[in-house]
Amino acid sequence: MRRKLILTLISLVLLGSLVMVSGQALAEEQTQFFGILAYRTGPFAAGGSGFSSGWEDFMELRNLQGGVNGIKYSWEECETAYNTARGVECYERLKDKMVLVHPLSTGITYALIPRGTKEEKVIWSSGYGRADASYGAVFPWVFTTPTSYWSQNSAKISFIAKKMGGYEKLYGLKIANLHIDIPYGQETKPMLDALAKKYGFKIKHFPVPWPGIDQKAQWMDIVRRFKADWVINRNWGVSCTVPLKEAARLGFPADRILGVWWCGSEEDVLPAGPAAKGYYSANWHGVGRDFPLIQEIIDKVYGAMKGHISFTRVGSVYYNRGVWAGVVGEEAIRTAHKKFGAKVLNSEEIRWGMENLNITQARIKELGVEGFMSPIKTSCENHEGGKEVLFQQWDGEKWVSAGTQPPMRDFVWERHKASALQYAKEQGITPRDCKE
Amino acid sequence: MSFFIEVLINGLLVGIMYSLVALGFALIYKASGVFNFAQGAMSLLAGLALVSFLTVMPLWLALVCTVGVMTLLAYGTVFIIFRPLVARPPLILFMAAIGLAFLVEGIGQSIWGTQAKGLFIGIPEITWEVKEVFLNSFDLFFGVVAAVLVAGLVIFFQKTRTGRALRAVADDHEAALSVGIPLLRAWAVTWVIAGIVATVAGVAWGSRLGVQFSLSLIAYKALPVLILGGIDSIPGAILAGLVVGAGENLAEVYIGPYVGGGIQTFFPYLLALLFLWFKPYGMFGKEIIERV
Repeated sequence: MRRKLILTLISLVLLGSLVMVSGQALAEEQTQFFGILAYRTGPFAAGGSGFSSGWEDFMELRNLQGGVNGIKYSWEECETAYNTARGVECYERLKDKMVLVHPLSTGITYALIPRGTKEEKVIWSSGYGRADASYGAVFPWVFTTPTSYWSQNSAKISFIAKKMGGYEKLYGLKIANLHIDIPYGQETKPMLDALAKKYGFKIKHFPVPWPGIDQKAQWMDIVRRFKADWVINRNWGVSCTVPLKEAARLGFPADRILGVWWCGSEEDVLPAGPAAKGYYSANWHGVGRDFPLIQEIIDKVYGAMKGHISFTRVGSVYYNRGVWAGVVGEEAIRTAHKKFGAKVLNSEEIRWGMENLNITQARIKELGVEGFMSPIKTSCENHEGGKEVLFQQWDGEKWVSAGTQPPMRDFVWERHKASALQYAKEQGITPRDCKE
Repeated sequence: MSFFIEVLINGLLVGIMYSLVALGFALIYKASGVFNFAQGAMSLLAGLALVSFLTVMPLWLALVCTVGVMTLLAYGTVFIIFRPLVARPPLILFMAAIGLAFLVEGIGQSIWGTQAKGLFIGIPEITWEVKEVFLNSFDLFFGVVAAVLVAGLVIFFQKTRTGRALRAVADDHEAALSVGIPLLRAWAVTWVIAGIVATVAGVAWGSRLGVQFSLSLIAYKALPVLILGGIDSIPGAILAGLVVGAGENLAEVYIGPYVGGGIQTFFPYLLALLFLWFKPYGMFGKEIIERV
């Protein structure tokens, strides 16, 4: 009797699991699924949690409104802790279900480019990753939308020129590139070297070993020996904050430090206190809650207690970056729906959508994100698509706009293309003919 | 020459900060033979607790409450984690310490979230230029704090009854037990002291970097200090901290440019390993010769 009871119980549990699994599979089949390589733990969790949550809140909002052309989103998070090996493991776990991945780390992006290309998954390294992957003829499955690191750095040099009073004032200027010594940190060295040659400024690279909690030696060298006029802060996590403190100690002005957009969040400046006042950083989207879309998320998603992060973080830099990714990704879906019909898209279809993005100023207004983002237009060749880099300055309490600068399009594009073609040659890849 | 002196002095001041972390390791290892991998996480916990308390109370009371939290952690660690592991091999104790580190970090993250928090305790950040050498009031302040802390610890271990009991436990657990020294209480006292040291380190590093989860990584900065100074030596932790701080800064500035830079993380390990050729137990480590 007892044995029978146990057997019945086991059968019921198995049956229940089967129903749940098949129910979940059915649900996923009818939804556009995204695998989210998140990092909510570890030293870089502030950035990772903000981005993932912003994206998820955006998808939650759309689901509450009935989905994109009736197709709802579904997603699953996998924790990478900003670790490349774990990122690859997450990709492997989710690849059968997902069609597009945000690696959210330059290291993971580099590791996934060959895999994603072979397995035909869209790798969208938005504003990070491998710069020359912007050349779509060689990297059909990779997108750097809105702009690559190389484009961003060319805009940074334009920003410095503007602050100094013109490009001719760059001649003889000393710029220190303080970078974390990992692939992400090293990515911009060739571009800065090329720009230094073009404009006659002196660039010196100062590597900071991971995790970058002590940068005293680098800063003494930068301020006392190299005597830099400007410093580019290309770090990540805690190593973004340390330069602001060290600079203040040596009397180096914060308004001569210009950060990468991963060193331009509230988490980077608040721990530095008054030392951060005046600090500049790049960005590519609006900050704060004063946008109709963010208000809608607050009303509908947080109003329904369905938010994915502490309410206090809604509107912060990394959160809004995730929302931006949601908006642009959805535009890719809508673009693809127009061609392939409103359905759950496969990899090739979403890739096509990404490649044919045309988010105009009028469309931006229609989406309720005016002032939140800039126009984007991608093509078979141009997997970057962004037209300008935003700059912001920390006023001691919040980020305020410091204007925009377009990347040096021709100068950078020539190098994107040359580097990508070199990669194609090394890997035996035949570039696509984008004129077809 | 003034630049060299500036790099040297600032390196020494950074070294003191490393010593603050290394001290916690040395204290616990000396008393219980546990290589406390959780020392960095303890500093993080102290920093997080202090930031929280500071929102509702003055600094002195917040510090007292933080030490209270560290005392609770110390007793919890000894009586819940290490009590069942008495007389187990050192590797088991080390694994337990690693587990403790992850546990403390995880609990910290669950309670306080992942956001970086500013810690401002009113230490002025004034920079003086003395004969072309820049010195900072913040660095000097913590240099003095570390010196006072070490002096206090030396007096405690050498001159007080409890300190002598702890040294006896460190020398031989069984002999200490046989003369009536309560082992677990002795361990608990040591962990409380290490908790206080972690609080000082947490305040020092938290004020520099902000209180964020990277703070637990300062443990890695303490490892070459321990190798160099001797894992169970308090004066060794201080002296080796100074050597490591000055060495890595001088190496980064003067050797770094010739080898591509970014050498300050591995240089202290190189220094420590070279030193081990001549002194396998570190500068002040106890030489233990055992029959095999």
